[in-house]
Amino acid sequence: MLFDSIHAGPSMLAAFLASLVECVEALTVVLAVGAVRGWRSALAGSAAALLVLLLLVVVLGRALDRVPLHGLQLAVGALLLLFGMRWLRKAVLRAAGVLPLHDEAAIYARETQALRGQAAAAHAWDRLAFATALKITLLEGVEVVFIVLAVGAGHPGLLWPASLGALAALLVVIALGVVVHRPLARVPENTLKFAVGVMLSAFGTFWAGEGMGYAWPGGDGALLGLVGGFLAVSLLSVQWRRRQVLAGAKGLAR
Amino acid sequence: MSWLRAVLSELWGLFVDDGRYALAIVIWLLLAWRALPLLGLGGGWDALVFAAGLLAILAGSVLRRERR
Repeated sequence: MLFDSIHAGPSMLAAFLASLVECVEALTVVLAVGAVRGWRSALAGSAAALLVLLLLVVVLGRALDRVPLHGLQLAVGALLLLFGMRWLRKAVLRAAGVLPLHDEAAIYARETQALRGQAAAAHAWDRLAFATALKITLLEGVEVVFIVLAVGAGHPGLLWPASLGALAALLVVIALGVVVHRPLARVPENTLKFAVGVMLSAFGTFWAGEGMGYAWPGGDGALLGLVGGFLAVSLLSVQWRRRQVLAGAKGLAR
Repeated sequence: MSWLRAVLSELWGLFVDDGRYALAIVIWLLLAWRALPLLGLGGGWDALVFAAGLLAILAGSVLRRERR
């Protein structure tokens, strides 16, 4: 019961937030394709990609059941650490002003301009629009599939909460896309990436430790401590780097 | 074959952004898996040392990164 409350909630939340970020990125390009080249081919491309991704989840999800749990936890933990800590590092550097923020409006403008530059489709069926929507949905979707499988594979019974989290994010973004019909530039993407990076890094550390046979102090409750640890170090790093950036800017102004 | 290269490059990019950072994580994982147990810390200390190492790698990489 303790396991359920400590792991299932954060698993669902991590999958939801991570998928939200990826879905927003895919939506930006699909909206650009639809607005410039027509909605039929753009939506067909995205739908085809979603079918491929669904198949991937079913096939890989079943295959994971056959792998011994400790080996799986170590492998999944290692991959989650590489993936989550990469996101977290980037989010910290963006929050500190070391790297520029991700700009959905700029990406939308760039995509629409590039698509307008291509020759118009001769038929109602636009291969360029289909391929562009398929590619972006597939690329961002593979990240979602990885997150769902990695977060869900660490312990039996977590695949469902993680899948539901990702599905909820997809539905939220589709609904917002239908309502606003333009890129979701106001989504605090870096804050989401920061939060997801913290959670995935904590999950990765916990699973990898379990896979190596370590006994975490406090058992499953150690996961919350790991979340706190990654959050604290990340926030301190942001403060430290921001001070360096400001000091550098003042030095240049003199 | 270019599509295969694109797919592999995307997959690689999921996990590796800064090569030194990714390598540090992998090396620390291997050390924690194979060498840390030899110290015989036990009592949960090995898990804490493992987590502290990862936090140090994160902080070190962030503080080292040049501004773009």
